[in-house]
Amino acid sequence: MSFEPFLLTPIPDHDKIDVYLKHGGYTALSKVLKERTPEEVTQEVINSGLRGRGGAGFPTGRKWSFIPKDTDRPIYLCVNADESEPGTFKDRELMLKHPHMLIEGAVITAYAIKCNRAFIYIRGEFATEAHQLERAIAEATEKGFVGKNILGSGFDLEITIYRGGGAYICGEETALMTSLEGGKGYPRLKPPFPAVSGLYLSPTIINNVETICNIPHIMNRGAEWFKSMGTEKSTGSKIFCVSGHVNKPGNYELPMGISLRELLYEYAGGIKNDRNLKVVIPGGSSVPILTADKVDVKMDFESLVEAGSMLGSAGVIVMDETTCIVHAAYVISRFYQHESCGQCSPCRQGTLWMYRILDRIEHGKGKMEDIDLLLDICNNIEGNTICPLGDASVPAVRSSIKYFRDEYEYHIKNKKCLVQLDQRFE
Amino acid sequence: MIDKSSKGLLSESSKEKIEGLICIFPDKQSIILPVLHVIYDQLGYLDSKAIKEAASITEIPDVYFEEAASFYTMFPLEPVGKYLIQVCHNISCTLMGAESLIDYIKEKLGIKPGGTTADGLFTLVTVECLGSCGTAPVMRINDTYYENLTKAKVDKILETLRNQA
Repeated sequence: MSFEPFLLTPIPDHDKIDVYLKHGGYTALSKVLKERTPEEVTQEVINSGLRGRGGAGFPTGRKWSFIPKDTDRPIYLCVNADESEPGTFKDRELMLKHPHMLIEGAVITAYAIKCNRAFIYIRGEFATEAHQLERAIAEATEKGFVGKNILGSGFDLEITIYRGGGAYICGEETALMTSLEGGKGYPRLKPPFPAVSGLYLSPTIINNVETICNIPHIMNRGAEWFKSMGTEKSTGSKIFCVSGHVNKPGNYELPMGISLRELLYEYAGGIKNDRNLKVVIPGGSSVPILTADKVDVKMDFESLVEAGSMLGSAGVIVMDETTCIVHAAYVISRFYQHESCGQCSPCRQGTLWMYRILDRIEHGKGKMEDIDLLLDICNNIEGNTICPLGDASVPAVRSSIKYFRDEYEYHIKNKKCLVQLDQRFE
Repeated sequence: MIDKSSKGLLSESSKEKIEGLICIFPDKQSIILPVLHVIYDQLGYLDSKAIKEAASITEIPDVYFEEAASFYTMFPLEPVGKYLIQVCHNISCTLMGAESLIDYIKEKLGIKPGGTTADGLFTLVTVECLGSCGTAPVMRINDTYYENLTKAKVDKILETLRNQA
């Protein structure tokens, strides 16, 4: 296939500004500042069909256009670099290897939304990545791409790195803002939407790292070029993070709509030890599992919904036939009960009880009625919480019961796994 | 108020960093998390006495810092070993053997998760996803990631750290 990655470009030392400049870096910014109005930039992004890469898939340009035209408050940009969705590790690579792509994208985005202050909210554990960004911002500032009067255009932008503290919830956009405002990362009810009333109650745009990295390319090569990749409604490329039981785990940037089979067998080297595929979680641990018979599904927003799952953050978690599905659901449920912020009861109590019940099934103390109890808890969490974390805790549990109820029953009856996870740590 | 009778915990450099943070944000309250990072970077945990000192410098009530400290799980609230070993046991790492990795370290160091070795060198904890699932199993020691772990790698890493200490 002729597709060449443009986000995860293989150029060596692309984190250094000289190398980035040599390969056309910051030309998009320079052109935009000279030739395009903010409205034209937004329109180009709308035309490209770019949708948010953090998980929700909302059209990026449309989001920008929700900023009130007549606001007298400062407008803020928050780059969401709080990458914490289990199975997702693309933003980390972008920030380490291509920090200037992110910075250039952030400056163009800020120009489009008329913002002079941007924050990059990065998960606390990413210390090396935060330092890498700080170094790159210093380089970009020295060259006049960030700071006052950028490239003589009169446009100013200050970018501040903000390090989180290890809370998954802060990747949720409203929690990210409350965290940045100096408190616990509690999500807020929407509306008001951040574009109207966000950070410090000002209009705010929150975009994922990968989303922002696409912006310079769209401005350089145009909306039509971007739309020539992918499907009608899922345009462009996507970074698929493949982890678990494959021969070559890693990030693969490919056009939207590539088949899961191609991704796993042509790019990720196939299933380890020539075993059979059992299950794939295609979009991070918050989306329903897909069984092996769905391996020909296309990896885009629409096709994955049709197949009963979601693209989410494109964290593709692969499990082979030796994986106990009860064990997997137990591990995933432990994560959500750990990360529930505790603000609203259906999530705080629901995730805790799902974990406790899965814990007792996993450890041979389950009762047959626990299976329906789990489904009942799922129904009582879903749709009843302030933010999507509660909803996100449901799919792994519900879909694993839907497809593998027999394994749950075996586990409860026999107090052990139907299949034994083959530990690969040697 | 700072207890003037005893020496403070925060170093001069930490105090300077905290003072430097005060004017950065549109709302001063935003410095809470950055201040916690400064304290953690210096001490390796969030000491409540240090929090009080920081609160006094910033003139933000210490309760706000304490509240945040109790919420953000990456900061230990008690002293830990010189090397804080954080082993991911989320789904991708589990698929790649994180549970036996944890057992291996437990056995090797003679401690359970949450425990610290008698010489004060190593504390072992389990953590949720570190965002490095493509190189599982993964652990983080203090601020450094160690990826694609094997028994031989773990042996070498721990030995190197022990020799550095």
